[in-house]
Amino acid sequence: MKRRHVFVSLFAMALATGCFGMAAPALALDDLRIIAPAKPGGGWDQTARSLSEVMAAMGAKGGTVENVPGAGGTVGLAQLIDQEKGKGNVLMVNGLVMMGAILTNKSPVTLDMTTPIARLTGEYEVIVVPAASELKTVNDLVAKLKADPGAVAFGGGSAGGTDHILAGLIAKAAGADVAKLNYVPFSGGGEALAAVMGGHVVAGISGYGEWAGQIKSGELRALAISSPERQAGIDIATLKEQGVDVDLANWRAIIAPPGLDDAQKNALLGAVDAAVKSDAWKKVLTEKNWTDLYLPGDDFGKLVAAENARTTEILKGIGLVQ
Amino acid sequence: MDSFLALMNGFATALTPINLMWSLVGVTLGTLIGILPGIGPALTIALLLPVTRNLDPTGAFIMFAGLYYGAMYGSSTTSILLNTPGESGSIMTAVEGNVMAKQGRGAAALSTAAIGSFVAGTLGTLALTFLAPIFVKLALLFGPAEYFSLMIMAFTTVSALLGASISRGVAALLLGLAFGLVGTDILTGQPRLVFGYPSLLRGIDIVVVAVGLFAVGEALFMASQSSLRTAEILPIKGSLFMTREEWRRSWKPWLRGTALGFPFGALPAGGTEIPTFLSYFLEKKLTKHPEEFGRGAIEGVAGPEAANNAAVAGVLVPLLALGLPTSATAAILLAAFEQYNLQPGPLLFSGSSTLVWGLIASLYIGNVMLLVLNLPLVGLWVRLLSIPQPLLYGGILVFSTLGVYSLSNSTFDLLLLFIVGIIGFLMRRHEFPVAPCIIGLILGPLAEAQFRRALSISQGDPSVFVTHPLSAVLLALAAAVIIVPIILRRVKHV
Repeated sequence: MKRRHVFVSLFAMALATGCFGMAAPALALDDLRIIAPAKPGGGWDQTARSLSEVMAAMGAKGGTVENVPGAGGTVGLAQLIDQEKGKGNVLMVNGLVMMGAILTNKSPVTLDMTTPIARLTGEYEVIVVPAASELKTVNDLVAKLKADPGAVAFGGGSAGGTDHILAGLIAKAAGADVAKLNYVPFSGGGEALAAVMGGHVVAGISGYGEWAGQIKSGELRALAISSPERQAGIDIATLKEQGVDVDLANWRAIIAPPGLDDAQKNALLGAVDAAVKSDAWKKVLTEKNWTDLYLPGDDFGKLVAAENARTTEILKGIGLVQ
Repeated sequence: MDSFLALMNGFATALTPINLMWSLVGVTLGTLIGILPGIGPALTIALLLPVTRNLDPTGAFIMFAGLYYGAMYGSSTTSILLNTPGESGSIMTAVEGNVMAKQGRGAAALSTAAIGSFVAGTLGTLALTFLAPIFVKLALLFGPAEYFSLMIMAFTTVSALLGASISRGVAALLLGLAFGLVGTDILTGQPRLVFGYPSLLRGIDIVVVAVGLFAVGEALFMASQSSLRTAEILPIKGSLFMTREEWRRSWKPWLRGTALGFPFGALPAGGTEIPTFLSYFLEKKLTKHPEEFGRGAIEGVAGPEAANNAAVAGVLVPLLALGLPTSATAAILLAAFEQYNLQPGPLLFSGSSTLVWGLIASLYIGNVMLLVLNLPLVGLWVRLLSIPQPLLYGGILVFSTLGVYSLSNSTFDLLLLFIVGIIGFLMRRHEFPVAPCIIGLILGPLAEAQFRRALSISQGDPSVFVTHPLSAVLLALAAAVIIVPIILRRVKHV
């Protein structure tokens, strides 16, 4: 059995070096586990799997990805806080969507009960209309929102998620009544996309990557992107340059369980830092079209607090949170 | 005939030995995961994605397509033999198929399922090859109002499953609707009926309820019967394969099931379950032997099995033509396309036509492979039923528990499985039909979400359901399904 184990490791190493073609500094992590608080295939799952692959190639042992789906990731969060407390070998992927879910679910567990490790990546959102729409610019959309917020049915992802938050922020910046925002959540990007393409809703909101193909082929018209400044290779004007003072990134991050001592925390910070700075991770970013938004440690903790305040305010305005 | 030429080139791509091997790997793996409830094609492809990173994209997609079809095949086997549906699309198959198996006609049920899936898969692939643009246009016509009316039409099919006592059937339906309310409300994100259990926030999974009601409920029921202690072995009656009569009764349901399944698969919120309900309902209405339904009618297996496989082909239409994923598996396939820097949509057909047509050609090949793989195995599979019943039902319990745990590694799901199992046992004991409960669970949340979306878009104006022409037609059809039989009965009595 021992011999077979060696063969398997050799094979894995051969694969890893074949994939990434680099000499990896060893990571001193044993039995690493990464929780993806979502079903396989989505953004959080892919983040967990990619990170685990990169960290395993750099010598971390284990690297299993566990999917704990449900309720915008709060089921996974509850597991991280209740069952993994004090374990220095566990990481969990999270993101802005989880923040909204914690608020709307009235979740008893929150992000400030965890140990923040780092924000990893992000994706900017696009606001689109069907090609045949009379709305040509964000200003047309804003004017329509001001006149009658209910008449602008936005289609997007889950209630209280990033798409919903952005719709609320735009309405607020436009000076429209946020409480009257008409946001229609769909399950899964495909359904929302079909609703926009079929002209069943006025406008759609989603991560840029998800709808990039339809924007390029001209079936959807992108009115704006939610990045602070223009993105290389994406020919879409930002909300800010069109006079709507909003920027929003759908960020994805990595957190650890509560109750870690400084040594455990520093080991995880160091391991993630080494992984994020590796060529293998850079390759993942280009392959998946993820924007690098690496922000480690306490700065990430401060960002979480700021984003939480903004999200709470807008979701209260919408009426999803009391 | 551009498509035809391109398809021939596709066959040239797919028929290389290495791609044939990937296809074989895909269909075999697919059959296996279909057999186990819980692990579905979506999860398997997600797990395989990192492994296939260095593979040639054509080979990888040929394998994934085989896996997708194979899962639907495998799932019908356990539905028929063990009353344990592995995927929600084969729940209806369990209804008639398992009764047939208990009468010793398991081989015929397996054969009609396998051949029906082959026919539907092949015709569905043909439709995908030549009619994709039409179905894409049709799919985009459906907005929330149209979907709601479609759900209402699907609800009428429950009448075929109510059984002898209407009040018991309706009670089962209402139980299913209540199960469907549990979890996070999709339109507001608020928790409903979760009673403080975070695990309930994600709702009650259809597979958990289906396996609980069908498999666990039945195992408990059998254990409570004194006949089980005599360890009776189920006999295998008649010929292993289908008789001439069974062929005659199967081929029309295959074709009708295909016609129902394919368009549903192409709809962004269609799914594989609803066409199986419609197909079962249609076959019960059209058959010359309505008295056999519920007692092992082969049409009730042939139709729904064709429908779920045709729906799988349908799912590929919006995925390839628009880059629009309409199921969890399609969403993963989309991620796989992105991994290879391919962007599905009109540009895919022009930019990577070798891959697309190779994939489509491999669907034909995968279908043939599945038939070759499955038909000879039918004789072997039915032997499962010659296991003495106490062991067989013990095995089914282990197998169901394992499958449901693999769904999301949650012990809470296991608890739920056995609670639902006990409910299923009580329902059987007091002669409540279980199928309406599943239909309520599947259709209820969909209908509610679409209804509220439609009203949100119309800003509260309910007339949208009749002013949208397509929606009005669907509602009229639903009304006709209910009213016409009543009128016919009156006319006959006069």
